[in-house]
Amino acid sequence: MSAPALNYSLLAPILVILGGAVIGVLIEAFAKSTSRTALQKTIAFGSIILAFAQVWRVHNQSSASVAVKSVVIDGPALFMQGTILLLAFFALFLISDIDNFTAQASAVPGSEEERSALQTGRQQTEVFPLTLFAVAGMMLFPAASDLITLFVALEVLSLPLYLMAGLSRRRRLFSQEAALKYFLLGAYSSAFFLFGAAFLYGYSGSITFEGIRASIVESPQNQIFLLIGMTFLAIGLLFKVGAAPFHAWTPDVYQGAPTPITAFMAAATKVAAFGAMLRIFYVVLGNANWNWRPMLNVIAILTMIVGSVIAIAQRDVKRMLAYSSIAHAGFLLTGVIALNKHGLEASLFYLVAYGFTTLGAFGVVTLIRDSSGEITDLNRWAGLGKRSPKIAALFSFFLLAFAGIPLTSGFIGKFSIFSAAYESNNIAVVVAGVLSSAIAAFFYIRVIVAMYFTDAHDDTVSVVIPSRLTSLTIWFAGLVTLILGVYPTPLLNQIEKIATFIH
Amino acid sequence: MTLTIIGALPLLGALLIGTVKKEQTTVVKQMALLTSILTAVAFAITAMRFEVDRPGFQFVESHSWLPTFGINYALGLDGISLILILMSVLLVPVVIIAGWHESEGGRWSAKTFYVLILILETMMIGVFAATDVFLFYVFFEAMLIPVYFLIGGYGVGERSQAAIKFLLYSLFGGLLMLASIIGIYVISGNQIGHTFDIDKLATLQIDSLTQNFLFLGFFIAFAIKAPLWPLHTWLPDAAKSATPGTSVLLLGVLDKVGTFGMIRYCIKLFPDASKTFTPMIITLSVISILYGAFLAIGQKDIKGLIAFTSISHFGFITLGIFAMTTQGNSGATLYMFNHGFSTAALFILAGYMMRRRNSSTIADFGGLQRVTPILAWTFFIAGLSSLALPGLSSFVSEFLVLVGTYTRYPVAAILGTFGIILAALYILIPVQKALHGPTTAGNEYLPDLTRREKIAIAPVIAIIIALGFYPKPALDVINPTSVTTITDAGFSDPAPTGGK
Repeated sequence: MSAPALNYSLLAPILVILGGAVIGVLIEAFAKSTSRTALQKTIAFGSIILAFAQVWRVHNQSSASVAVKSVVIDGPALFMQGTILLLAFFALFLISDIDNFTAQASAVPGSEEERSALQTGRQQTEVFPLTLFAVAGMMLFPAASDLITLFVALEVLSLPLYLMAGLSRRRRLFSQEAALKYFLLGAYSSAFFLFGAAFLYGYSGSITFEGIRASIVESPQNQIFLLIGMTFLAIGLLFKVGAAPFHAWTPDVYQGAPTPITAFMAAATKVAAFGAMLRIFYVVLGNANWNWRPMLNVIAILTMIVGSVIAIAQRDVKRMLAYSSIAHAGFLLTGVIALNKHGLEASLFYLVAYGFTTLGAFGVVTLIRDSSGEITDLNRWAGLGKRSPKIAALFSFFLLAFAGIPLTSGFIGKFSIFSAAYESNNIAVVVAGVLSSAIAAFFYIRVIVAMYFTDAHDDTVSVVIPSRLTSLTIWFAGLVTLILGVYPTPLLNQIEKIATFIH
Repeated sequence: MTLTIIGALPLLGALLIGTVKKEQTTVVKQMALLTSILTAVAFAITAMRFEVDRPGFQFVESHSWLPTFGINYALGLDGISLILILMSVLLVPVVIIAGWHESEGGRWSAKTFYVLILILETMMIGVFAATDVFLFYVFFEAMLIPVYFLIGGYGVGERSQAAIKFLLYSLFGGLLMLASIIGIYVISGNQIGHTFDIDKLATLQIDSLTQNFLFLGFFIAFAIKAPLWPLHTWLPDAAKSATPGTSVLLLGVLDKVGTFGMIRYCIKLFPDASKTFTPMIITLSVISILYGAFLAIGQKDIKGLIAFTSISHFGFITLGIFAMTTQGNSGATLYMFNHGFSTAALFILAGYMMRRRNSSTIADFGGLQRVTPILAWTFFIAGLSSLALPGLSSFVSEFLVLVGTYTRYPVAAILGTFGIILAALYILIPVQKALHGPTTAGNEYLPDLTRREKIAIAPVIAIIIALGFYPKPALDVINPTSVTTITDAGFSDPAPTGGK
């Protein structure tokens, strides 16, 4: 038997990132602690730039058999890989503020060991290779075209994230709790995912997307296997995007994880997970949409409402943003339900727009601190508009974008995704989306009120002077949010050109 | 390009003000005033070139903005938008002069205040001039933000609560409208290719069920804005909390976007649905007229009084619009214009009074007639204009609305007439309390109007009187558009029944 043919050219972006990650691990093991951080940053940024260049190089190519039939590289896949790389690049700017991470993750919180690691400045930097591994998994996830690869990609992206969630320097127990919760629920959902994959194999006798698709088109037998298979597969995916009722981990993890990691996770994971979801529901299960659409309809509506209603009760900025991300997962699901070309285009646009706005918003959260670390209690944000007008204005702008006010990217995203859903006659989802947007507006505005219209009663909270990289990230995110709100035509045109799945 | 340039002037002014130091408040104010006067003059000159008898939009410009969705940056003027923009650009300088010290006592600097006012002016021009539904929506929503900060940052009392209430109500309406906009966009895609052009959208064939739902999305948004009973509850709070100048812009201009939208979008895009819902809307309008009037009578707070009179007046405007007669329609449009000025006069003068007395309770102003005669007389005229005394501008419009309504809905018109009687009560009782009668303690040495205050109020009073005697120029501009609106929607004026 001859070795399988691999199209290295098209795999290059993923391979570069994996290579970078491996080198990062070696550096962690062998490099001196004085030069380690600088080396790690170089490798991380270097591999992301290189990978992006590779994506750019192949951006006009496509192939359904990149690695036999396990990986498919087409327009949407490359678009999502590029988006993930861009988001990761800017998230790394936030992560580079290494001060947010524990010096030695393995030390018991509060122990002598931890204190000495902090005092001597022996900072471990495993967060960089972990980020790269996660990025590689995320890039593979929307490009996978068989169930095994899909599962491997899922795990490659998830495992590093579980660890990264526990790396916070301050409030370490809280952070570790988040990591454990994320891991346990993640493992649970992986089990569901595998269970579903097994049933789909049982149904079609094939693990490739092509085979499953062919079975659905040809043989309407064994419907029960198909139903079980796709339900459980969907549960695994819905867990990753944080859709209700599989959202319970989101607020705890978003709150407990170090904020730069939350930013990365919220922005990039969504792209990857929705990328895979779009491919599965559009390509693989597209012909069985009579079976899954009603179910996803209910979940989308539930997710939007749960996200926006529970967010109202939140007094913590990170938790509020977590619930807002749940609501946005609901909006994105309407793009999946639409099941037409406009739905795909709108989803891709929404992912870019939402990704950057999220990155910016969490970027701002990293800046609001007192002497003990980040302040995420909304009450203590009172009066920020007076003390740091620029940062407060920028954060308000991000919130308005989340709320979908015109002249922000969020509005164009919402408009295009809802109109795609309307086009496919899912009007109930559109109405639910619009109503939950109205509910959501309430809590976004409350933050603006706290910052601008409430007098500060706590002078210890202040905005730290942002590091150059952090301020670059948040201002760039602001710029993207504005440009995509005012003149998104170039991006829309580009998306229109590439938004076709090949199979 | 004319409209874009005029619309961009205030924005440009705002940018220039942005370069001035915060402490130089006088320079900031002068720049803001100059910008707004320039804008008003520029628009007045443009308005002269408007050809009254030419059908369709004039000064049209259109550039592709988001071709993916068929969205254009398209502006144009018809009679209604012309008259409303004229009102807006005239009111802004008046508000700036009258509220010269308004920004003091705000949460932020005077600079921010004027930047917000000027940004708002750009959006006001845009919202009336837009002929692309999407563009209209963008202005419609985006203009909430400056108003929100103007109320919340510079008002008095529970200003931030009032600002939130205003914003949430408006956003809720806006989102319902977004759903309808998406609906009509998708339908246009199925029938004539994706477009947001108002004239093209008016040609769509929409089945009546869908039309009803789409209509409601637009109508509820506009009814919140206008505001129509029972969606009015945000208005009194906002008006009580905002500064007088902001209130003028809020009630005088922004609320008109609601009634303007009913004519331009509800009736034009969904004529059949408009017909279906007319009885309901007429009922709500009559309730608004009477409800606003009754509550106005009971108000002890002068700003609350003006807010409730406005609710009553907006009832008249919607009544005129949905009477579906040309008289009613042009009366309603003229009413919008006149209401802008009479409300402006009331709010500005109330502002003068409140500044002198540091109170907004009507009972505190006893005997102003003797102490400050000019202030008292101008307030009296403004009040009379609000109750639509013949010879003052509101009379003509109110009369037209009632006549236009009577030909089709006589009962509604008769009930509406009670609103006029109540108006006499709600205006004359406070006038008597505040201006006449014994001088309340503490009022003996109040100063009369300063020169600046006179300069601000004079043009408003002049317009109120001039249009009361000679409304023809305004009606000439409005009438052709009203006729088009009504005939395009498939209505014809009922023949006069004549005396039996």
